[in-house]
Amino acid sequence: MVSRGVFYVVTAILFVVGILFIGYQHVTFEIPFTPGQMRKVWTVEAKVEFEPTGSGAATVDLSLPAVQPGVTQLKQSTAGLGFGTTYIYHDDGASYVQWTKRNPAGLQTLYYRADFLMDDTAQDSSMTVPELKQNVEPEPYLTAMRSIAESALQRSSNPFSLAVQAISIINSNTEESTLLLSSYKKPELLVHILELAKIPSRIVGVLTLEDGRRNRNLSPRVAVFDGTQYEIFNPFTGDSGVGPNELIWNNHDGSILDIQGGTNAQVSFSIIKNSMSASEAGHLKVETMQASGKDVLSLSIDTLPIEEQSLFKSILLLPIGVLIVVFLRILIGIKTSGTFMPVLIAMAFLQTSLLVGLIGFVSIVCIGLIVRSWLSHLNLLLVARISAVIITVIVLIGAISIITYKIGLTEGIKVTFFPMIILSWTIERMSILWEEEGYREVLKQGGGSLFVAVCAFLAMNSEVIQHITFNFLGLQFVILALVLIMGNYTGFRLTELKRFKPLSQKIIEAHEQGVPYEADRLNAKRKELKANPHQTIKKWEEEHKLKEDPLNPQNESDK
Amino acid sequence: MFKLLSRYANPLDLMHFGIMGMNQRNVNYIGRYNKRKLYPLVDNKLKTKEMAIAHHVTTPKLLGTIKNQHDVTNFLKIIGDNQEFCIKPAQGSGGKGILAITSRQDTLFIKASGQGINNHDVRRHLSNILAGLFSLGGKPDIALIESLIHFDPVFDGYSYEGVPDTRVIVFQGFPIMAMMRLSTAASDGKANLHQGAVGVGICMRTGKAVRAVQHNDPIKFHPDTDKNLFELKVPHWLEVLTLAASCYNMSGLGYIGTDIVLDRDLGPMLLELNARPGLAIQTANNAGLLPRLRLIEALPNRQSMSVSERVAFARDHFGVFES
Repeated sequence: MVSRGVFYVVTAILFVVGILFIGYQHVTFEIPFTPGQMRKVWTVEAKVEFEPTGSGAATVDLSLPAVQPGVTQLKQSTAGLGFGTTYIYHDDGASYVQWTKRNPAGLQTLYYRADFLMDDTAQDSSMTVPELKQNVEPEPYLTAMRSIAESALQRSSNPFSLAVQAISIINSNTEESTLLLSSYKKPELLVHILELAKIPSRIVGVLTLEDGRRNRNLSPRVAVFDGTQYEIFNPFTGDSGVGPNELIWNNHDGSILDIQGGTNAQVSFSIIKNSMSASEAGHLKVETMQASGKDVLSLSIDTLPIEEQSLFKSILLLPIGVLIVVFLRILIGIKTSGTFMPVLIAMAFLQTSLLVGLIGFVSIVCIGLIVRSWLSHLNLLLVARISAVIITVIVLIGAISIITYKIGLTEGIKVTFFPMIILSWTIERMSILWEEEGYREVLKQGGGSLFVAVCAFLAMNSEVIQHITFNFLGLQFVILALVLIMGNYTGFRLTELKRFKPLSQKIIEAHEQGVPYEADRLNAKRKELKANPHQTIKKWEEEHKLKEDPLNPQNESDK
Repeated sequence: MFKLLSRYANPLDLMHFGIMGMNQRNVNYIGRYNKRKLYPLVDNKLKTKEMAIAHHVTTPKLLGTIKNQHDVTNFLKIIGDNQEFCIKPAQGSGGKGILAITSRQDTLFIKASGQGINNHDVRRHLSNILAGLFSLGGKPDIALIESLIHFDPVFDGYSYEGVPDTRVIVFQGFPIMAMMRLSTAASDGKANLHQGAVGVGICMRTGKAVRAVQHNDPIKFHPDTDKNLFELKVPHWLEVLTLAASCYNMSGLGYIGTDIVLDRDLGPMLLELNARPGLAIQTANNAGLLPRLRLIEALPNRQSMSVSERVAFARDHFGVFES
């Protein structure tokens, strides 16, 4: 016999492991606890076109999208006819996809495609702090820039506010800004002004994500650094930060597109918005993390082939039904015909829908009972009789399917999902019950089974429960712990409270008439015994000798 | 709401009175004191009988067994000249499949109810037993043919058809609680309380009736014979308790229900053992089982006590009437 202590420890461990496992999956895979949560996924396709110069090999370098907070890149792929592809990652954070071809001829088109998950938890960034360059612009521009830088410096307190001030001066149509803007673009100009103020900054390319857009280009922004902190500014409007639908593509000093052996190169982007269930997105994200060499333990049904997944979907629901049966039998005390028959019936209801299932179940069992009562007159051996019932059940199911289909009720076909062997045994058991205990017991147990089946169905049919059982394997441990705990319950069942009501009432009535509680008398004796075993036993033996025994053999013979 | 609640007993009261529930029985008594491997000894009446014979415990005489379908035709040989006999499934439960023949007229066998059945019907009954119709889970079974019990005339009028038997709960070899089960017309001659048999609680000290219930309701007279149930007194009470207590030594099961019948000529006989005795005995006795069981559990020298000491202990402490 395992001691209670070990039992409780094991149960507690199971419970905690289950909860931790659920927590792990919730945090790492970002699986939500409620179903139906969707995540935004943007598919961005960069199209590169160029004309080869006609003399030999061509090499095309396209800058890869930056790693940035709020966005997780899920996957990437390239396409280019006859091109070799390599991904190049530099130490300074710059990364490229490189296409190479020996002898390109005619207009060449290359594609790079990537999926981006909008992900609030992503915090990484591949942005590096740029080197501070010396401003070597020619006069008179340098003086104009210096004057803007100085007035911005006066009106600001830190690099970011300085950048804001510089942008507002550039945009304010002063003499200096008009002069500068005649030969500089705004982003470039802002970087040069910031150089004079000894603030590192860099032009980055940002793609605005809008669903179904084609031929988009990157718009330039300026990243301004304060130590390792940075902020993105729009040099045209002075707005800071990256919008929720903006993606930083190019965050290093290199150009977006480099080409050798080609001319008239241009890159354009097209964008599609998708939505994806949160759990699917979570798994894709973990896959990406694993692909990039991070060690993430993946214990999920999602890694199985689709066919096995759907099988598991129903298998993993079974413990929920089992839990309900355990609860209803141990704590409530509902009688069912066959321990887990109701769960299997409930599984069939999941396929058929409740109403059709109930009608199908009741009609099959009723007709089966009629056939079975006729079979019992034939005095068959058990195995043959059960077999006959099985065949009858199959014929019934076939008949119901065909008839309902013919009259246009396609729902009826689903009765084929009923577990036929289980149904046959149910019919057999109920028939014996009917013969032995009468129809009342049949109605009681049949009704009990149906009630449990409907409860189990309602639980297993709930989308939330389906979602949780499928996505959190840890739940199985929690259910196991609950079942173990309930298996240890020694209290009364609800039905027993009703059953023993007359008994408790009679004991109370007898007590009111002066009969002492037997329980009190015996408990007092037990306490006496426990306090002093040897003396008590001796005392009782003495008392025994003194007592007159009405059953003495001599007395008995006198009667 | 209050009306609905009043149909349920207060669980605190039940705990105070020491009334045992199904879960309590299964976990703390059956699960703890009955070893699984010993179950076949009580679930199979043939094994129980063999064990009882080996331990010199009185049981109804076994005329023969039928183990295979082709032996069914031999049953006439087995019963020989016996005018009365009883056919039972070895693994039947709840009194299912018991056929009692009280006399024979030419080729007809007369059942206890007075109905006559022929040779063919008896064979069909035997076939049903062998096929497992009456056994738990429909397992193939063996049919036992025993001599019929002639119940003690003191029970005349206390039982309708069937044999009145005495159920004694035995815990660790101590008789704990006892009741008589009297069949009624409503229970169709069967001794199961939930089928409508009358349960009569028996005082452990004297063997006298304490209280009688049918369907949970207290009654005073037998519903079919109108006999005063409170005049019932089990004869040979000491022997009954001794027989019950010795079943622990014989079977090794810590918590059992022993079913004992009183034969007119042969005295108390063990009919069968039950490793999962029911809880209705508490209603019949107007007392909970737990205080009695716990007193035994607290007894440090219980393993070393002899059968007669255990019976004496039970009678001293669990009696309701003093004399």
